[in-house]
Amino acid sequence: MRENLLIAIPLVGAALAFFWRGDRTRPLLLPAAGILHTGLALWLLVNPPLVSPGAWFGFDPIARAVLPAVSILFLACAVYSVSYLRIRTERSNRVFVASLLAILGLLSAGHQARHLGMLWITTEAVTLAAVPLLHFNGTSRAFEATWKYLLIGGTGIALSLLGSFCLGYASLRGGGTGDLTFVGLIAQGAGLSRPWVLIAWVLLLVGYGTKMGLAPMHTWKPDAYGEAPGIVGAMLAGGVTTVAFTAILRVRAVVSAAGEGAIADRTLLAIGLFSMVVAALFLLGTRDFKRMLAYSSVEHMGILVIGAALGRAGIWAAFFHVWSNCMTKGALFLSAANIRRAAGARTIDEVSGMSAVTPRSAAIFVTGLFAVTACPPFGPFFSELRVVRAAIETGRAGVAAIFLGCLLFAFFGLTRVVFAVVDGRPRTKESKAAGKVNERAGVVLPPLILLGAALWLGLATPHVLTDAWTEAVGRLVTQP
Amino acid sequence: MGSTMNLLIGLAMGLNLLALGSGRLSAIIRATAVQGVVLGVMPLLLEYTFDWMVALVALVTVAVKGFVIPSLLRRAMRAAKIQREEEPLIGFVPSLLLGAGGTIAAIAGARMLPLLPEHAGTLLVPGSMASILTGLILLIGRVKAISQVCGYLILENGIYLFGLLLIHSTPLLVESGILLDLTVGVFVIGIIVDRIQRAFDSLDTRKLTVLRE
Amino acid sequence: MIIALESAVRLAVWLLLAPLLPGVINKVKAWVAGRRGPPVLQLYFDLARLWRKSVVMSTLASPGFVAGPAIAWVALAGAAMLMPLGPAGGAISFKGDVLLLVYLLALARFCTAWAALETGSAFGGMGAAREVSFAVLSEVALITAVLALSVQTGNITLSEMLSLSVGSGAMLLAAGLFGVLLAENCRVPFDDPNTHLELTMVHEAMVLDHSGPPFAVILHGASIKLLLFAVLLSQVVLPVGKLSPLAGTATLAGAVLAVTVCVGLVESLTARMAFRRVPLILTASFLLCLFALLLALKGGA
Repeated sequence: MRENLLIAIPLVGAALAFFWRGDRTRPLLLPAAGILHTGLALWLLVNPPLVSPGAWFGFDPIARAVLPAVSILFLACAVYSVSYLRIRTERSNRVFVASLLAILGLLSAGHQARHLGMLWITTEAVTLAAVPLLHFNGTSRAFEATWKYLLIGGTGIALSLLGSFCLGYASLRGGGTGDLTFVGLIAQGAGLSRPWVLIAWVLLLVGYGTKMGLAPMHTWKPDAYGEAPGIVGAMLAGGVTTVAFTAILRVRAVVSAAGEGAIADRTLLAIGLFSMVVAALFLLGTRDFKRMLAYSSVEHMGILVIGAALGRAGIWAAFFHVWSNCMTKGALFLSAANIRRAAGARTIDEVSGMSAVTPRSAAIFVTGLFAVTACPPFGPFFSELRVVRAAIETGRAGVAAIFLGCLLFAFFGLTRVVFAVVDGRPRTKESKAAGKVNERAGVVLPPLILLGAALWLGLATPHVLTDAWTEAVGRLVTQP
Repeated sequence: MGSTMNLLIGLAMGLNLLALGSGRLSAIIRATAVQGVVLGVMPLLLEYTFDWMVALVALVTVAVKGFVIPSLLRRAMRAAKIQREEEPLIGFVPSLLLGAGGTIAAIAGARMLPLLPEHAGTLLVPGSMASILTGLILLIGRVKAISQVCGYLILENGIYLFGLLLIHSTPLLVESGILLDLTVGVFVIGIIVDRIQRAFDSLDTRKLTVLRE
Repeated sequence: MIIALESAVRLAVWLLLAPLLPGVINKVKAWVAGRRGPPVLQLYFDLARLWRKSVVMSTLASPGFVAGPAIAWVALAGAAMLMPLGPAGGAISFKGDVLLLVYLLALARFCTAWAALETGSAFGGMGAAREVSFAVLSEVALITAVLALSVQTGNITLSEMLSLSVGSGAMLLAAGLFGVLLAENCRVPFDDPNTHLELTMVHEAMVLDHSGPPFAVILHGASIKLLLFAVLLSQVVLPVGKLSPLAGTATLAGAVLAVTVCVGLVESLTARMAFRRVPLILTASFLLCLFALLLALKGGA
């Protein structure tokens, strides 16, 4: 029963936030819900509950392997947002807080969804709940970004519904009784009608891939991440994308059970490599450090799906990478938001010398850069290393080579932008502001803690996590 | 039973082409609304016995797709003070030809798919594929926000049509598709709110090009 | 002997009845607009007047300036002889006559356009260019419709092809052919026969330089073409050939009248369309015929 609280607590919190009076005290609901949620998630991570096979929602091994990461990321964002919303008092934060809590609840539901339809409903709801967050700044550019997000994301989500229908029809055609839980579909296995399974796979990959931001369905991402507040970017890059990723993993298991696993893996590899190449190329060209983070996110989504295509070891590495990506992206987005606020601009043509203006955030930003570009000893280094190893072990040396090449170019692109922002002499506008910028603990500690978590993941991956990932892999890959 | 349904689906396919060929926004909205009503009554034809649940779904679908959203769209059209799609990215003739080619390909392609015997004689699958294609053409090829929303609605109608294949086995999944209408609602409200908030020249999505890489 | 006599009577009926249709259209338009309008027989008076006038010839023009309209008229009259008239059938009927019909129509158009180019005036050339570019699209629709009919009946003889009512595809075909009728005969919404603003004219611009008897021949030929299409459209929808001679003739006459009234109504209720929208409507006509063809193919299979 406790696992349902993971969904219920944030949703109740969201309702409460919506009717809460007083803009100053409302943001406190965020850390309150975050602490409860994280505590419960970690408790469930250590003491996994039993899940009845036919249940539509449940804290199954896959949810256990991923959901706590989202929970920790949310907690950091929640603490950060208390300070952040104190700065942004000119707007009412009613909808913002309520939407953020609703997203947490829906993400928990999405991770725990064991039913094709429930998974779709939660993803759709997350898509809609993110709209007010993206439009929080209320500028015309924010409107434009929201419009693109909704148009592209909405089309993607519609196609994933169609894919769900096709998978349902594959089951019906194969003599199924309308049981659309993933367990039921996997049990039907080879009985599923293969042409329909393949159609469903393509549609679901495109649909959930749009939510993940895989190229070429990634075009909403730079705009949305660029215009939204940093917290929203962190939650989208670390939370929403992982729900879509677990959705793809769950569907892949069904497709593989139907006997089309090889084709599924090939498509995943192709789309993952394409995402990495596109992201690396755009990273070399971008001059905006918030859009840079979006392309970096596209790159990491590519890494995730490549991992998912590489068998047991690859999926294990992908779970590892979900965690390290969550932590480092959170740290980067939050510190970037601090720098953005102090500088009042986002491109390297306008911003420089931020190490003098916001020394702490700049330090976190640079360290985060090394973490996200897979420098040892941070988590991403070890997870990406495992992906490469899985690629070589499965005899795909070419994949590993392209993978490493993209990482190299991404490194060039990221360092170029980050050092241009951090290094040098502050521009006049910022140097005037330099005396006034007060880096409160509330906006520095959360990214620092996330960075610390990324480091910890790399240095000493907790056994409970590795066990959880191994168990989840065991669920997803039926035959060794 | 089957022939009535095929006739209605044929009508929906014709409305697709009408939406592709017309430049007046009011005509596209009308085509979309009529298509919504036509598809909305479809579950009643599929049912051999009367079922309250199905009747309710049909009623809600007809009300939402046929009346609520079109009237919202008309309001948005008035608010935005635009009547026509002037210069689409994909011209009217090419999009009409694409839509017709797609319809023919859908009819031909649906024969190759393995269908249950009770669905084999119906136009459900080709109709759905044709509508999805039409929706995508409108989404990609038009620049006015309202035409794009209509395209999204037609896309959604196509998905709904496909969902009718499953309405007996998993009614819940099919009915959850109504959530897509919520997305449309957000779209339209977005247009109206934006219009009220700011003076936006012609609601031309080509003007949404500040963010470009 | 009897055959020759019958052909002569048939030709006389075609030639004499044809100018009635534009009169009916104008009467309908006047009636909708609440005016009295010109008499139904106005075109007969016009033709008689033009026949008495002399010809103004450009010094540049070759004999083709006069030959063009003449050949066009003969081609149209020949096409009319091929067209079966309900139970009476066609005057000349052989296997594949439908192809000849299509070619005769194309020949007539070619000759009119040729004559328009003879004087070397800008308007003639402009009108001819427009007429021919619309024709490219409408001919595609017409040929598709012919294909649909022949697939439906498994026959390429006009009288056989039109004897069978096409069923559900008939409505599609009729709608498509109605569009072709409007375009081929330069009616609203493709062209306005009454306009005299040079820049917007299509057919009228083409025949601007003609006068006297050649112009009368052009006008008469145009009315034959209108009647031809009205007869074709009526027989596509109604199985006139199956009826008894009297009922068949009456039905055919009624249907032709209905088509004519429809043209008049369309002309009164819609405005002329911008040039760049014309291909859209013709494409729609083509698609309607195409779907009829597909239905016919599916029905055959």
